[in-house]
Amino acid sequence: MLTIFIVMAIVNNIVLSRFLGLCPFFGVSKKLSNAFSMGIAVTLVMLIASVSTSVIYNYILVPYKVEFMNIVMYIMVIASLVQIVELAIKRTNIILYNALGIYLPLITTNCAVLGIALINSAENYSILESTVSALGAGIGFTLVLIIMSGIREKLELADCPKSMRGLPVAFITAALLALAFVGFSGLV
Amino acid sequence: MGDYKDKNGCGIKKESSSRFWKELAKGIIISNPVFILTLGLCPVLAVTNSITNALGMSAGVIFVLLCSNIIIASIRKEIPPLVRIPVFIVIIATFVTILSLLFEAYFPPLHKSLGIYLPLIVVNCIILGRAETFASKNSVMLSMADALGIGFGFTIALIMISFLREILGTGGLEIFGRELFELPILSVHPLNFFISPPGAFLVIGILLALFRWIGVIRGE
Repeated sequence: MLTIFIVMAIVNNIVLSRFLGLCPFFGVSKKLSNAFSMGIAVTLVMLIASVSTSVIYNYILVPYKVEFMNIVMYIMVIASLVQIVELAIKRTNIILYNALGIYLPLITTNCAVLGIALINSAENYSILESTVSALGAGIGFTLVLIIMSGIREKLELADCPKSMRGLPVAFITAALLALAFVGFSGLV
Repeated sequence: MGDYKDKNGCGIKKESSSRFWKELAKGIIISNPVFILTLGLCPVLAVTNSITNALGMSAGVIFVLLCSNIIIASIRKEIPPLVRIPVFIVIIATFVTILSLLFEAYFPPLHKSLGIYLPLIVVNCIILGRAETFASKNSVMLSMADALGIGFGFTIALIMISFLREILGTGGLEIFGRELFELPILSVHPLNFFISPPGAFLVIGILLALFRWIGVIRGE
């Protein structure tokens, strides 16, 4: 159980080694505070989505032998979940809602959420294992997003060539960060 | 996807046969989905470790983009605007399921090496973006041109990245199991870094900078 958590959070980090959720990774990582709330929102959606897709996979798709329908099923579940989370955040915390802006509805098309659901069913994880793996992946995502936004806040002040500014230099930063995370591969 | 609409100038209403080719060319160069719009990056980084994977992925994206654009453009007047996004997603998901089953039946090794990135075409921003900004507003013919243009633009970008990564990372080039050529020193001491995940970030970062630099020189 702990192995799954560590593998998902650090060793096979979803952003740096599986390349999932890159749009919010580069889109929201300009400011530290936004990065943190985005990380929390994604973790939350990922957790709920993984539990529900895992229940659907184990109790509906497998018994009726319609595993090939998983893509359509999962995307519907995730899309409706994001709507619910959006409504809930709007009601409870309007400041967070405004800070997240366009990125909240975009969680639906965030490959990380669907990706984790697909990884869970590909690895035949039980419901508990899926929950742990989603939690690990979410925390790994938040961690990397926070590190990245910390670096990018400093990077704004750096004097780099005009054509490198913005996204290109962010990609090269991500490359160095990914290289650092490769160092964790011997952990498990 | 807010500023994305403006870059494409989708407000034009005139239709002529020459527009078909214009839309086709636009997707390949001016609004290349990967290098200019930087959309749908997840599969771009994940599958470009070999040119075979890149070609398989591009074929998949073109198939889904073309089919979903045709269907969405032909029923665009029937879709209630309030629920259009879920409708688009279900249409796209259906074609991705078809694609995934086709790959599993006819190209099992490719299906295995693409792994979860094949079903993840569903959440590729390029496809939903084209459905939302183009196919839901234009005729079937133009939507086909748009899908092919964007699809080829995506393919060209993927081939460029995977070409660089495979040559540097393995010292040779191999398409669908057939070896094309080998470089003298690199094949003995390949730079494994380039086929690993950090290499992907580095290569695409440098290519993005290059495209911007060309843009700056041309005075845009």
